[in-house]
Parts: sequence; structure tokens; C-alpha cells
Amino acid sequence: MLEHYISLFVKAVFVENMALAFFLGMCTFLALSKKIDAALGLGIAVIVVLGITVPVNNLIYTSLLKDGALAWAGYPEVDLSFLGLLTYIGVIAALVQILEMVLDKYFPDLYNALGVFLPLITVNCAIMGASLFMVERDYTFGESAVYGVGAGVGWALAIVALAGIREKLKYSDVPEGLRGLGITFITVGLMSLGFMSFSGISL
Amino acid sequence: MSDTSIKKVLLDPIATNNPIALQILGICSALAVTTSLKLSIVMTIAVCLVTAFSSMSVSMIRNHIPSSIRIIVQMTIIASLVIVVDQLLRAFAYDLSKQLSVFVGLIITNCIVMGRAEAFAMKNGPGMSFVDGIGNGLGYGAMLIAVAFVREFLGSGSLFGVEILTTVNNGGWYQPNGLLLLPPSAFFIIGLIIWGLRAWKTEQKEPVDFKMKAHVTREAF
Repeated sequence: MLEHYISLFVKAVFVENMALAFFLGMCTFLALSKKIDAALGLGIAVIVVLGITVPVNNLIYTSLLKDGALAWAGYPEVDLSFLGLLTYIGVIAALVQILEMVLDKYFPDLYNALGVFLPLITVNCAIMGASLFMVERDYTFGESAVYGVGAGVGWALAIVALAGIREKLKYSDVPEGLRGLGITFITVGLMSLGFMSFSGISL
Repeated sequence: MSDTSIKKVLLDPIATNNPIALQILGICSALAVTTSLKLSIVMTIAVCLVTAFSSMSVSMIRNHIPSSIRIIVQMTIIASLVIVVDQLLRAFAYDLSKQLSVFVGLIITNCIVMGRAEAFAMKNGPGMSFVDGIGNGLGYGAMLIAVAFVREFLGSGSLFGVEILTTVNNGGWYQPNGLLLLPPSAFFIIGLIIWGLRAWKTEQKEPVDFKMKAHVTREAF
């Protein structure tokens, strides 16, 4: 059992890396990867939010939305799964808001470090994507918690690595039109190529 | 609302102000669907419709939304539209919707939709917002289709699933380039397209934040 969870975690971090294999959360990934500290802050925030939202969405999906899930309330033939998208985004937005308030009250240091990144996470496709993958792959509650944290760690790893490369890249002589966004894309392409070497591993 | 301004709003996002190449918006869901032209075209149509209608709806109620809850309101409008698109795809093109998997749902978090609602629709009338939505959807689509064309043509030797270059496996001469079907190639192609676009429209170049000192050679004594 434990082995199953570990392999799921490793798979979520490396083999199915959110940013480099599924292109999720690209907007923030490219826009906020100029400095390592900012990237690290954002990465931690993503891990926390993913670790909470995926299991919560899993609970809501299995106990309210899934086909036949409302049997306990006397409506065994109701299928609300089309409301999924609306619910997940609502849950994510609400959780980010709550998390922001809790951090502000009890962990002001962390709150200040994360700053504007917390609200931005609501529109990060990686969060939404993880919830949708969780539904598509029919994870149980335990699996979804492990998957959420793993996906977050993978994303954080990717953005910190990219920020490190970009800090050095500043000093290199890049052709004029390629400067900035262009070279960043090509760098991410090379990183993604590197991460593909994990894809042969079956756990 | 003159004719030229409608044209400008519609066509500007395609090359001069492309959402992907210049505004860095909506890259997230863009790259994974570009392995085949058919998927990209379906995705373009979906994004066009969602952007256009959400911009229009947001613009219609823009004077009644308190600014503190506007993000939630916009999200709800966008999410409802995406659900409609998702259900339509499932009903009429089930195979395609299976292949697009989670990426239709991810239109909700596609920054283009949100970004245009926030940046354009909150300040302009419903008609113009609708046109702006379509324009941005097309700019996104142009990039998507360009990338998909290269990837499908060189990656599997076909366009729209119809074989153009006969591959070695089918007794032809073309050795397909498998790399182009894998994720990294999409990044390379977009990077190169951005390079091309910036060589053509030089005002889009980014300023240098570090300048190399000219190399100085000194005599030994």
C-alpha cells in the first residue's frame, strides 16, 4: 500500500511533471521565473494549495457530484457531474481566499513572503488541471492527497530550476529578437527534454 | 464606433498584439493540444466562442458588478460558458472531447479569457467586447494552428490525419521526426515563431537588462 503511494508520488513529481510534461501553469511559470526567491515562494504556495484543493475536490466529487453519489439523500439516479467545472473553480477560489486569511492571521511572515502570489494561484491552470486529472483517473481520497502534493512539488521544482537558469541567462549574449520570452521558451523546451528521460521509468 | 476601429480591434491581436507571443497569456492549455491540426482547430473554435461570449456578458453587466467581487462574477460566467462548450463537444464529437481530455475544462483558467474580460470588457461596450473576444481567440488560434501544422506535418507526415508524406512504415520514403510529437518541440517552435515575429515587428523586442562590455585587447607592454 505504502509502495503504491510512493510510486504515485514519484510519478507525479517527475514522470508526469505538471509544468514540463503537461504545460500546465505556464503563464505564471514564464512570467514569474526571473528571480529564484520569488519562484521559491510561488512554488511553496502552489504545493500548499494543491495539497489541499485536490483532496477537497475529491471529497466533493465522490460524495455529491458523481453519478449516483446522491444515493444517501434519496436521489440515486441524479448525475451532477456536469457541474464539476463550476464547483472545482469555486472551491479553489474559496480555499485560496481562506488560506490567505489564515496565513495573514497566524503566519504573517509566510504571508508577507508569498505576497501577491497567493491570489494569482486561483487562475493557475496547474491547480485546476490537477483536480481534473484526479476526476479523470478516478483517484481515491488517499491517492488524491498524495497526487496533489506530488504535482505541487513537481511544479515547484520546475519553476525554481527555470528561475536558476534565467538568472544566469541574463548575462549571456542572446540574438536580439530571441531575447526575453523567446529564449525562455527554448530553455523550457530543453528542460522538458531532460525531464522526458524520466518517462521510461515504470513504477 | 467607426469601421476602422472594429477592424483594428479584430485584427490587432493576430500579429501586432498576439496574446501568446506578446501578452504571455493562455500558453497553458495551448501546447498540449497541438499534436494534431484537427484538435487545434476545435480548441480554437472553443476558445473563440468562450472569449467572445464571456467578454460580451461581462461587458453588459460591467456597470452593476461591485469591483470587490468582479473576479468571482467573471469566473462564474466563464465557467458556465465552458460547461456549455464541454457538454456540446461530448454530445456531438465524443471522440474529440476524449482526446482533448482535461484541456477543454482548462479554458476556464486560460488567462486569455480572464485577461480580456478584465482588461477590455470592463471598459468597453458589449459589441466591441464581442469583437475583441473573437480577435483574441483568433490570435490564439493562429499560433495554435501554426504550431500544429509544423508538428503534425513533420511529426507524422500528415495533415488533418490525411497522409501527405508517405512514411517509412507505410513503404514510403519519409522518416517521421518523432521528437515533434513530444512536448519539448512545442516550446522550440513557439520560441522560433516569437523570434520570427520580433524580427518582423521590431518594436516588440524586449530591452536588455545586462549589457556586455566591449572586448578590449591590450598590447603586452
